[in-house]
Amino acid sequence: MNTRRVFLRNSALAMVGAGAAPLWLTRALASSDGPAQRKKVLVAIFQRGAADGLNIVVPHGEKAYYELRPTIHIPRPTSNGDRQADAAIDLDGFFGLHPSLAPLKPLFERKHLAIVDAAGSPDPTRSHFDAQDYMESGTPGRKATDSGWMNRALPAAPGPHAQGQLSPVRAVSLGPTLARTLCGAAPAIAVQSIAGFQVRNAQAAEQFERMYAASPDPVLQATGRETFEAVKLLQSIQRQSYTPAGGAQYPRSPFGDKLRQIAQLIKSDVGVEMAFADIGQWDHHVNEVGARASEGQLANLLRDYGQALSAFWADLGDRMSDVVVATMSEFGRTAHENGDRGTDHGHANCMFVMGGGVKGGNVYGKWPGLEKEQLHEGRDLALTTDFRDVLGELVARHTGNPMLKGVFPGYEPKFLGLV
Amino acid sequence: MRNTALIALAAAVCLGIYADTNDPARRFTREIPKRQRVQQALNRLTFGPRPGDAEAVGAMGLKKWLDVQLHPERIAENPVLEAKLKTMDSLRMSGEQLVRNYPSPEVVRLMMNGQMPYPSDPDRRMMIQRLVAQEERKKGQDGPPNPLGDPRALSNLLTPQQLQALRTGAPRERVAVFDALPAGKRDDVIEAMPAPLRQALFAAAPPELRRRLEMAAGPAQVVARDLTESKILRAVYSNRQLDEVMVDFWFNHFNVYLDKGADRYLVTEYERDTIRPRVFGKFRDLLEATAKSPAMLFYLDNWQSVGPNAAPARSAAAQRQRRGLNENYGRELLELHTLGVDGGYTQKDVTEVARCFTGWTIDQPQRGGRFTFNPKLHDGGEKVVLGVRIPSGGGIQDGEMVLDIVARHPSTAHFISRKLAMRFVADDPPEPLVARMARTFSKTDGDIRAVLQTMLDSREFWSEGAYRTKVKSPLEMVASAVRAVNGDVDFAAPLVNQVTQLGQPLYRKVEPTGYSNSGREWLNSAGLVARMNFALQLAANQVPGVKVAVDKPDAALAGIPLGSPEFQKH
Repeated sequence: MNTRRVFLRNSALAMVGAGAAPLWLTRALASSDGPAQRKKVLVAIFQRGAADGLNIVVPHGEKAYYELRPTIHIPRPTSNGDRQADAAIDLDGFFGLHPSLAPLKPLFERKHLAIVDAAGSPDPTRSHFDAQDYMESGTPGRKATDSGWMNRALPAAPGPHAQGQLSPVRAVSLGPTLARTLCGAAPAIAVQSIAGFQVRNAQAAEQFERMYAASPDPVLQATGRETFEAVKLLQSIQRQSYTPAGGAQYPRSPFGDKLRQIAQLIKSDVGVEMAFADIGQWDHHVNEVGARASEGQLANLLRDYGQALSAFWADLGDRMSDVVVATMSEFGRTAHENGDRGTDHGHANCMFVMGGGVKGGNVYGKWPGLEKEQLHEGRDLALTTDFRDVLGELVARHTGNPMLKGVFPGYEPKFLGLV
Repeated sequence: MRNTALIALAAAVCLGIYADTNDPARRFTREIPKRQRVQQALNRLTFGPRPGDAEAVGAMGLKKWLDVQLHPERIAENPVLEAKLKTMDSLRMSGEQLVRNYPSPEVVRLMMNGQMPYPSDPDRRMMIQRLVAQEERKKGQDGPPNPLGDPRALSNLLTPQQLQALRTGAPRERVAVFDALPAGKRDDVIEAMPAPLRQALFAAAPPELRRRLEMAAGPAQVVARDLTESKILRAVYSNRQLDEVMVDFWFNHFNVYLDKGADRYLVTEYERDTIRPRVFGKFRDLLEATAKSPAMLFYLDNWQSVGPNAAPARSAAAQRQRRGLNENYGRELLELHTLGVDGGYTQKDVTEVARCFTGWTIDQPQRGGRFTFNPKLHDGGEKVVLGVRIPSGGGIQDGEMVLDIVARHPSTAHFISRKLAMRFVADDPPEPLVARMARTFSKTDGDIRAVLQTMLDSREFWSEGAYRTKVKSPLEMVASAVRAVNGDVDFAAPLVNQVTQLGQPLYRKVEPTGYSNSGREWLNSAGLVARMNFALQLAANQVPGVKVAVDKPDAALAGIPLGSPEFQKH
């Protein structure tokens, strides 16, 4: 703990200059004495394009699964060494992980990873755009919501003058644009790369800061203020080169880079409470699976995905006790394969919940079955868990924000006992 | 007493003004002063004003300028642009020609094995045969090393003086080394040069030499490079500015993703032959052109969508490839291209539309193929689309009937009009304006030029609600900055990268939605930092490939106006 505080005092404070130190930082330094004071962090991962949950968490105990997918199923778990690499990795005798997700198996065994199956948005839309919008706003079926659930989930500022007491990077979206999930009244920033997040000329930076502060356009003004506060803060960690801990090997991919930088921000104690990253290209209408289950588009994408998540877990080490990662995708895919060895837009999906305080090692949710009469509209996995049940529990019991009415208006989440 | 009344009155007036300026609906009724109208036209209908543009429009007369911009065929193109596009011959090739002239490693292998002919142009043929030779050398690499050293090493190709000039010489000296080489030897030297040397030479090289350097780095990449660079060059230099804005609008509306397999070679002709000639024409024509374009058929998978009673394919492999219906195009046609997600269709309509388009496919997509209708793959049964019965026994006309139905649907008139108004007028355009544009759309059978005319004749377009209220997209920001400083773009790849950095990789939006037309979506901290840095670099003449006159003593701060909050809007 001590090293972290010393680091903060020496770098963060020194960089912004003691006189100009924002109130939140001085306060944080004065009070951060132990792990109890550390902020809880919620990380949301969005799989854009509708990931095929049935080939990610494989219901290998379900006969209908193999009937519906004659050419693109993941084979049943096997002890035959030659075929293991192309078979599901058994979790509980009924469900198994896609073979590309082998790096996540130890997390499941150590009960740091929970899976919620047949989960998702109850809205019937099969439009990527609308479904992502609904899931990010946290209000399925309602388009007029202008903020995201993650922004509304940020704990309210303590007191009327609290603005200056909160970290400018408490809500971070990795990438060139601010994710819909994090849009809203509370300040939230988009960071493409920590290293590049600075105005290269100090004198110009000062002039820009003044110009944006004086802009009559309230949105430009606010964005400018948030940006410059974050720039000053991140200067402190730009100087350090970052080496992941625990032998973590992040894949060299955009998603790997995003998770590595989220880990860096969390471990630097700059006040991150909510972080968001996405990974695209899940819309596999054609040739989803290659000649073998461990090959092809889905297998390659899952390899990147699983390696990045497991590296994040290794990198954070004990710090994982403060962190929960939740994954989601806008909807699932058809239970049956289509005419092109792919799948079309479906309904329910699976979600991963990962963290030190997670009651993992378990597949949560009621399994609806895949027989014709059990399918949603006769074609898709039916939904038994609303995604807001999962996220609501994490917001309330992990980040400790009990005001769920404001986060998921018009819905009362039913907790599954994940944390 | 009187004082109190006066204060109350003053307060009421202030409040009134406050309420008025803040009530968005009323802001669209208040016209901007006359002198701002030229500015508004240049802001919204071009990629930003250059120095002197406002005066030129004033001299021509705004009304005439608008009319001419709506008829780009009446405008002579800028010879500077044409000169810059001249070496980019991929822009003028068909998909099939591109596959052969800018082959991927797989196609090079086909040519090696004699399964595909080499390009007819002798010079191009030589370049590709060089790639083949390279490929073969790679195969034979395991042999013992040549005791005399690699004959292909730079030190064996050049004199020590030449080598030194190439490594440490001034740009002109580096190019001179090349000019002095016999033509046959140039490509050997390029091949032997390490990447940093190539890059250093590139900046100084004349266009023809640059082309050879690009080809040596991989011919398949040149297609994307030409496409993205030409987009920036046109935005910066074209005299037909509204035409370029409209090409960008419609390409984005009918988005396809350049890096999806065969689309690498299909997007060039898609933009040039499918989109560009129709941007001011009838919506129905544009829609059909996209529906029949190999680029769209490939991107949304329709080329592989097959009816249930389709004749079995000949081989088992082909049979596995083609077995059933794919809804992807059917859904996006309704949701994104025509009716809009709330336009009143059901899942059943999506499936029925997909059935109608079975058999709309591509002949040899991996070789830059053509649209073809294959009756054997078509679902000939009866369909009902949006309440309209499409009788059984139809062929290609089933899909064409669907296009008739959706192109003329009132939801489409509204959806397209709103999207245009969002692009040109305001992020949240006033509904009465959208309704008037939609009426024109319906009355003129979807005449896009007429819809734009209605918009340009509206009070809303020339109102306070519209004037300087939209945040620029990354492309608009980058192009307008180069235009504002009269930058001379020698090569545009660094500007292409800049637009990518700002979150809008050109021709590379994966999702069929295209990029948002709402300016606010582009406003965030990562983007702001990147915009400020780009502004500083550009004005200090530090963006490679772009020459900017620096007359201020303090060049490092010359970019402040381009990074200012005001410049982010248009």
